[in-house]
Amino acid sequence: MTIAVQVTDLHKSFGGTPVLRGVDLTVPRGSVTVVIGPSGSGKSTLLRCLNHLEQQDRGEIEVDGVLIGYRRHRGKLYELKEREIARQRAGIGMVFQGFHLFGHLTVLENVVEAPIGVSGVPRAEAEERARALIARVGLAGREDAYPRQLSGGQQQRVAIARALAMRPAVMLFDEPTSALDPELVGEVLAVIRDLAADGMTMVVVTHEIGFARSVADHVVFLDEGLVVESGPPAEVLDNPVHQRTREFLALVR
Amino acid sequence: MSASTAAPPTTPSRTTAEIVPLRRPWRWVSAALVLAAVLAFLWSAATNEQFQWSVVAQYFTAEAVLRGLGLTLWLTGLTVVLGFVIGGVLAVMRLSGNPVLVGVSWGYVWLFRSVPLLVQLLFWFNIGALYPALSGATPVIGPVTAVIIGLVLHEAAYAAEIVRGGILSVDAGQVEAAKALGMRGGRVLRRIVLPQAMRAIVPAAGNLLIGTLKGTSIVSVLAVQDLLYSVQLIYNRNYLIIPLLLVATAWYVVVTSLLGIGQHYVERYYARGAGRLS
Repeated sequence: MTIAVQVTDLHKSFGGTPVLRGVDLTVPRGSVTVVIGPSGSGKSTLLRCLNHLEQQDRGEIEVDGVLIGYRRHRGKLYELKEREIARQRAGIGMVFQGFHLFGHLTVLENVVEAPIGVSGVPRAEAEERARALIARVGLAGREDAYPRQLSGGQQQRVAIARALAMRPAVMLFDEPTSALDPELVGEVLAVIRDLAADGMTMVVVTHEIGFARSVADHVVFLDEGLVVESGPPAEVLDNPVHQRTREFLALVR
Repeated sequence: MSASTAAPPTTPSRTTAEIVPLRRPWRWVSAALVLAAVLAFLWSAATNEQFQWSVVAQYFTAEAVLRGLGLTLWLTGLTVVLGFVIGGVLAVMRLSGNPVLVGVSWGYVWLFRSVPLLVQLLFWFNIGALYPALSGATPVIGPVTAVIIGLVLHEAAYAAEIVRGGILSVDAGQVEAAKALGMRGGRVLRRIVLPQAMRAIVPAAGNLLIGTLKGTSIVSVLAVQDLLYSVQLIYNRNYLIIPLLLVATAWYVVVTSLLGIGQHYVERYYARGAGRLS
């Protein structure tokens, strides 16, 4: 088992309020880790630290053995320059709750923007890859549509294609279906399921317990900034040891 | 994925009563009154000999007037372009998070929005009194230079607020998504933020541009031969004050109208992706 993501003793507070209080997390390559927990438990913050959208106060994050956001020097962690952080982020895909597609760009332009501008992929090649990804998320034929002309579920699938276009080693999903109408949730989860079947390493924050049970290799229950319980879905979701886990699962079911 | 395009089948109606919308008699009365007022004004403008439309036509394309118009146009263009370049820098400084840059940018906007443009122009015109090195036999800052400096510095303060407002109108999620893809600050600003900020910037900038076009007439006070000062020079000789002011007015209206048309197309360009229908 090679380790894709290793989080050690992660601490983060916002204005004196602790959000993460020493989180450890190990994500093996090719596995799906689903993070669940009540709102305010630090799930999103944990995810946002993984690609350095937030700076942790303490602790270390490694993706593919590379320290994220910092370099170690004589026992201290020095924050990297913007250029180096950007390079690290390019290899970590992220999908947001609110999609955040670029509104002034078409579907195709959204997907090719970073490969061309950041990775320097020639336009023709980038577009060919983009069309394949757009087809993969079930949106062939909508390449020239603008985000606002798409449903929420379609926008989120484009956002997934956009992240995949950078050929990331890891994909992070921050409540990818929470902003969707109930009938659109399934189409987005189907795409994520498809990625899982393909062996993509993923960390998914979600409230979809059924999805977690069927797709996750590993479920992590986070509460008040700490990992309360973690393990295979059959343990954490169906036979939780901790009282807090049981209470939470009773509420979201 | 796409919805069916066929129209839904109409169901046969099961009632007979016809629907009659509310009648609005006052709408007709108010329209007639306003129309009458407009016609009266046009009639008076057309028939009052004092307007001397033939004189207006005669001077409309006079060489001195066109030269004045030319100066007004390039003064406006230069002011707006330099104003927005400096204003853009000020806006980015203000949003930079560096306390010194934020403070300086805020202070600049505060100062130059506080000082009336005319007062500022007079200061630049008399800068030799503050810095004698700048005066002398051939002053470093002549009337035209003084006018350009004053107009640009004034414009930049307003442009800075317009650009800042535009940038703030773009959702922060756009920046996060761009960063998460590995883009860096400059690229995020150029490729993602500014194109979307333009939707908010263009209408306000168009307003400022038109205001600047007319505002340049203030330079006539410093005897700079813009459109207004050119007609003033003519009517000081021949006393045809009203028709020559109409010449200047007509040109301001023509240019403003052209700018309005241009703005329409620029707005349409930046609105792409903002509509709902394909």
